[in-house]
Amino acid sequence: MSIWRWAWTYLWSRPLTAVLNLVLLTLGLTVLGGVLQAQAQVERALQRDLAGVDLVVGAKGSPMQLIMAGVFHVDVPPGNVLLEDLRWLQAHPQVERLIPLSVGDNLAGFRIVGTTHDYLTHHGARAASGQWWRAPMQAVLGADVAQTTGLVVGQSFVGAHGLGHGGPAHDEAAYTVVGLLKPCACVLDRLVLTATESVWQVHDEMHATPDMSAEDWAALRADREVSLALIRYNTPLAAVSLPRQVNATATLQAAAPAMEVTRLLSMLAVGTQAVQGLGVVMLLVAALSVWVALWQALRERRTDIALMRLLGASPTRLAALLLAEALWLALLSLLLSLVLTGGLTALIGWSLAHDVALAVGGALSWAVWWPVPLVALGVALLAAALPAIGAYRQDVQTLLSPR
Amino acid sequence: MIDTQGLAFRFAGSATALRFDDVHVPSGGTLLLRRPSGSGKSTWLSLVAGLMVASEGRVSVAGTDLGTLSGTQRDRWRSAHVGVLPQRLGLSDSLTVFDNLALVYFAAGLSVDRRAIERVLNDLGVGDLIERRPAQISGGQAQRVALARAVLRRPAVVLADEPTASLDDAACAGVLSLLREHTQAHGATLVVATHDARAVQAWPDALSLVLSGGGE
Repeated sequence: MSIWRWAWTYLWSRPLTAVLNLVLLTLGLTVLGGVLQAQAQVERALQRDLAGVDLVVGAKGSPMQLIMAGVFHVDVPPGNVLLEDLRWLQAHPQVERLIPLSVGDNLAGFRIVGTTHDYLTHHGARAASGQWWRAPMQAVLGADVAQTTGLVVGQSFVGAHGLGHGGPAHDEAAYTVVGLLKPCACVLDRLVLTATESVWQVHDEMHATPDMSAEDWAALRADREVSLALIRYNTPLAAVSLPRQVNATATLQAAAPAMEVTRLLSMLAVGTQAVQGLGVVMLLVAALSVWVALWQALRERRTDIALMRLLGASPTRLAALLLAEALWLALLSLLLSLVLTGGLTALIGWSLAHDVALAVGGALSWAVWWPVPLVALGVALLAAALPAIGAYRQDVQTLLSPR
Repeated sequence: MIDTQGLAFRFAGSATALRFDDVHVPSGGTLLLRRPSGSGKSTWLSLVAGLMVASEGRVSVAGTDLGTLSGTQRDRWRSAHVGVLPQRLGLSDSLTVFDNLALVYFAAGLSVDRRAIERVLNDLGVGDLIERRPAQISGGQAQRVALARAVLRRPAVVLADEPTASLDDAACAGVLSLLREHTQAHGATLVVATHDARAVQAWPDALSLVLSGGGE
């Protein structure tokens, strides 16, 4: 039998202690691994949705709110801006692309976003069936929306006013589904996309009264608004001057996503560090428990160890036996924590997608998880070091001495 | 088989040394270590088993001068040539009878020979206890298991420490008989540390080394 087999035998000779240590180690590693995974997944999801967006322009208010509403679609925009006020930006030499977004309605809680085809291109959207809209009141559904609502190409639906569930339905203005998108693991999955004109048309009809004159209609159409606009620079120099120019206007506000997300992540870091701290404390408790168990084992096995020395086992071999026992614990807890972390990550992914509308993958990332085995190994070696030294120095004459 | 000459051991920091009479025990012979309690028994056994190195003199066992071996070499030599029957038997309650015997192979860094273990346990009449733990067997059975472990690899020397202590006459006779039978069967030299007169009477032809515990 190898040293591993002996270590296994000794480990399970005290099953309750083994299980207790296994549970403690597993919990510590799972919390640590889970936090690392969740943190990485959220950061990745945020970065993915941010890609290609250098500036978000909207009504004056909180820049963070603007980003959350315009990029991640998890907040309401601070207000609307006149399309006219954005024209100069569209023509600005430092702007490569400006994508207007209009929000205000929902379909079963999924936001209906009025925009241009540029928004689909920006996210690399691909059609699963049908095509992109060609006219107002045609809609393309993100993968999650299609799956949840069961709508298919050719069917119609009406939106409800507001960005959350419920709200009064726009019964007079029905959309026709013309396309379904393939899943992109990005914000598009949870959006209903249509032409900007669709949003205007729906709200024109909501605000229109039978006695409106042609002049009233013209005035209404002259004040076209959008919720915000996503801007991509065509030169890095724009980052220096463009936000200042935008903020200098009376109605517009600029928010730099990179800066706001960094601020958001640093705020989240307090929470994640607290949970990570909890994981470290749990691991220290686990290390202490393993150490106590091994030390106790060393005391209980003094006779065994002395006998093995008498039988010719080298001190190194006996020390290795205790180390192997701790390594077994580390390996088993690592495997268990891997399973639990996978489940936890999937749960967090589902929860973020469901509750916060953040498209998180939910799959375990090895690139992020790799420190966990090292921590497990470190805890095992730390806990086993002193008992192993004790085994190494065990008095050989124990068995030959008088009782 | 066992030769000692001018053997003495000085503990660290001690001014005096334990000195032992010279002995020569032929292969297959028996040596009784008498008056062992507190008289240097553990030290003498440790020197002969290669656990300690003599401060003075020479120990040769099974043709090997132990003073010429390094610590690792002595460990290896001991695993191949020495069997031990400790007074407290040294059976681990954490392990089955089988695993208690398999420890011999672990200590030597060898693969376990299951058939050899089964054979020796059967020879000693405890083959049916192989999967039990020491706490589940009687004292007499435990003594046989410990003896089985001592002779498992047919060592050249078997060291038995107070093998009859606390045994009634019938059990004492049984153990002595088993010891003799299972060491003589493969020509092992037997060293019995004892202060039990029954053991002395059982081996009238054995050599004796009376330990005085004296130093200088």
